[in-house]
Amino acid sequence: MSEFGILSFGAYVPITRLQRSAIHATNSWFAGGLRGLAKGEKAVANWDEDSVTMALEAARDALQGIDRASVQRVAIASTTLPFADRQNAGIVKEALNLPDAVGAIDIAGSQRAATSALLAALGGNETTLVTAAEIATPKPASEREMTSGDAAAAVIVGTGTPIATLIASHSVTMDFVDHFRETGEAHDYDWEARWVRDEGFARIMNPAIAALLEKAGLEGGAIDDFLVPVAVRGVPEMLAKKAGIGEGAVADSLGATLGHAGAAHALVMLAAALESAQAGERILLASFGQGCDLLLFEVTAAIGSVKPRLGVSGWLARRIESNNYAKYLFHRGLLQLERGARAEHDSKTALTALWRNRKAVLGLVGGRCAKTGTVQFPKSEVSVNANDHTVGTQEDYPLAEVPAKVMTWTADALTYSPDPPSYYGNIDFVGGGRMMTEFTDFAGDALDVGADLRMMFRIKAFDENRGFRRYFWKAAPAF
Amino acid sequence: MAKGIRDKVAILGMGCAKFGERWDKDEDQLMLEAYEEAMADAGIEASQIDAAWLGAAFDAQNIGPSGIPLAVALRLPDIGVTKVENYCASGTESFRGAVYAVASGACDIALAMGAEKLKDTGYGGLPVRTRGTTHDMVGITGSAPGNFAQLASAYRGVHGVGKDDLKRAMAHVSVKSHANGAKNPKAHLQKAVTMDQVLNAPMIAEPLGLFDCCGVSDGAACAIVTTPEIARALGKTDIVTVKALQLATSNGWEMQAQGWNGSYFHTTRVAATKAYDEAGITDPRAQLSLIEVHDCFSVTELVTMEDLHISKEGEGWRDVLDGFYDADGPIPCQIDGGLKCFGHPIGASGLRMIYENYLQILGRAGERQRQDSPVFALSHNLGGMPNQNVSSIAIIGRADA
Repeated sequence: MSEFGILSFGAYVPITRLQRSAIHATNSWFAGGLRGLAKGEKAVANWDEDSVTMALEAARDALQGIDRASVQRVAIASTTLPFADRQNAGIVKEALNLPDAVGAIDIAGSQRAATSALLAALGGNETTLVTAAEIATPKPASEREMTSGDAAAAVIVGTGTPIATLIASHSVTMDFVDHFRETGEAHDYDWEARWVRDEGFARIMNPAIAALLEKAGLEGGAIDDFLVPVAVRGVPEMLAKKAGIGEGAVADSLGATLGHAGAAHALVMLAAALESAQAGERILLASFGQGCDLLLFEVTAAIGSVKPRLGVSGWLARRIESNNYAKYLFHRGLLQLERGARAEHDSKTALTALWRNRKAVLGLVGGRCAKTGTVQFPKSEVSVNANDHTVGTQEDYPLAEVPAKVMTWTADALTYSPDPPSYYGNIDFVGGGRMMTEFTDFAGDALDVGADLRMMFRIKAFDENRGFRRYFWKAAPAF
Repeated sequence: MAKGIRDKVAILGMGCAKFGERWDKDEDQLMLEAYEEAMADAGIEASQIDAAWLGAAFDAQNIGPSGIPLAVALRLPDIGVTKVENYCASGTESFRGAVYAVASGACDIALAMGAEKLKDTGYGGLPVRTRGTTHDMVGITGSAPGNFAQLASAYRGVHGVGKDDLKRAMAHVSVKSHANGAKNPKAHLQKAVTMDQVLNAPMIAEPLGLFDCCGVSDGAACAIVTTPEIARALGKTDIVTVKALQLATSNGWEMQAQGWNGSYFHTTRVAATKAYDEAGITDPRAQLSLIEVHDCFSVTELVTMEDLHISKEGEGWRDVLDGFYDADGPIPCQIDGGLKCFGHPIGASGLRMIYENYLQILGRAGERQRQDSPVFALSHNLGGMPNQNVSSIAIIGRADA
């Protein structure tokens, strides 16, 4: 019998792990008080990533083994969406090459945006892909800089054989302003942490949790996994104790290995919990932000039947350690470097051409000749097949999920790149198709001809004159 | 069936400006410098020129689009002036226009000018530019060295050549061209370099170091062409004719299909085969006297030796190291210093190559003159990138060859 609930889940964590000790080494002269936080590492997005590209990777992680055509709605939750007016979820939809007949929604404005998005999906009856992503730009030498991290997660909700079902939920909304960021501002402004802890987390969440447990008819001890996406030390334990939730149920908030991924963190923690959850376990997800959302799930016997491609643990294992704080600052626009005149090249996008070519540009959809089987990127009216230039025979051939191999490569120190040298080259797709593309998330200083690659959706260029960003697919070492 | 261009058109005169960082000159002044030398060589008046072609690749720098800049610079007598652009092969493209005009009988005398003013950008290397709205969304702009450097990774993989062996052969290409450029008063770079200097230079695009890259220069070169009959009627006795003129343009096969392995220029192989056929050359390794090729980067020159069917596939690097292409070798390549040292004012380069071949055939090349009198001289002018390009080949020679 079909039920409604969580059908699948996934996550994404950027490959670079900036060491907090490296941040503190630079800033200790000014902010010596942050020494206590100067341990562990935080995930930082590459210069060519934003909340949309990260949400897309999390969606791909969750869609492993799922028929993409079943998705009826795409949601993206974030307080750091790249576009204030251009549907961000629509970009995710195009990059996933979903059919046009799907709904889409962007949800923003609060640290509980992702749980609110998930609750909305769980309250409906459609198959919804709920994504959440956050890329923080905290002020240098701030506590937030130490505690935050970049990540994304995705949950697919719908009718089928759920791995978890919502058994109760409770939301409260109060304009408690513990921190804020006005539209267009880069940084958050925080009020005193002691007040936030006592009057916010404690006074707002404790009664809410009690109310949820009462709704569910459960004692705190019935909770197996208590997920509190809050970076302040001791808060999850304090809430658990008050609610009678066992100490062992309090989940790792991933602070040491990832950092706090803002509005996305609730779904990141949920994805991490579902990775190791057992049938019958009860998961309480409690997110805070101008009130709170509380979601109580029960894990079903289907758990284990669906697995993300990598999941939180897999992404955390895919890592490159970095001590290059200056590079991180530059990539966040927090440090001005002399980029040279080559960086002045105008990256204006012709929106007409983007619309005509949206499947190729955003979805990496190439063509396959119905007569000869020749695969090519991009599609063209006349086939590239040297022996048979068929006309008008090309069918859509999505290449984003097709493995590729390095054919040629270079490390170009002359062309402008925010992360020089710029690695690019020709790649061959397994089963046909070839293109020249950039390589990203690449750790060493040499590539091998024939090395395996996986395509990733990234920012290709920023149009700084007009406030636009151009997305395209790049090749990363296979993982 | 067309019989080709062989011996239908003669070069009446040629000129070439001094290449280099011509900070004090505009592009029209450089064009005039080449024009005055060509006109003095041709011994004609401007009123005798029936049509002109201008080859320029980066017209956004200095002169702007259309044929007007050439017409204005030379104050041509209201004749037709066509501007052509075919990436770095624009120079040979302008020559092709003028030669075809004469061969068709539509013109008695036609002029080809190639010119470029690159040093108005404020930075080194070629100007960064768009390749079209759609390309910019899915393609790589990159830099020229980054695009050509990829030949090396593929060549090593395909032929099993060690990284150090290939790097040494590439270095030999540059050392040779610097030695040649040192004897050329019009060259941009006139200083010899050592293997050590080349091998230890800063990396520009792996594995191309600074000395693996050609100069980026200002300059212009000019040719005036007519029929052999008119040339004789004008009093010329030592006639140099066009033996072959071929252009091959990628149709996307290399970049989009999977048949090309990245280690060679498909177009150059096609153009070379057709050019030898057109010129009646059956054994290029034995019959060519000298060659000027598009050595934008050392590795480009190296693989071109194979694409021109002179060196065997996978063995070009050995011929290079053996000195086969040195100034005193069997077939000197870039005896004038090439793009590497004569310099590379994009639109001018194809005509500069023909200029050197013309001087060598006529015995006018001064200190760098080849002693055994050249008969057939080939120039190879390439535009674009290894995976998508235009490749043009011009063979000129003595009229009686």
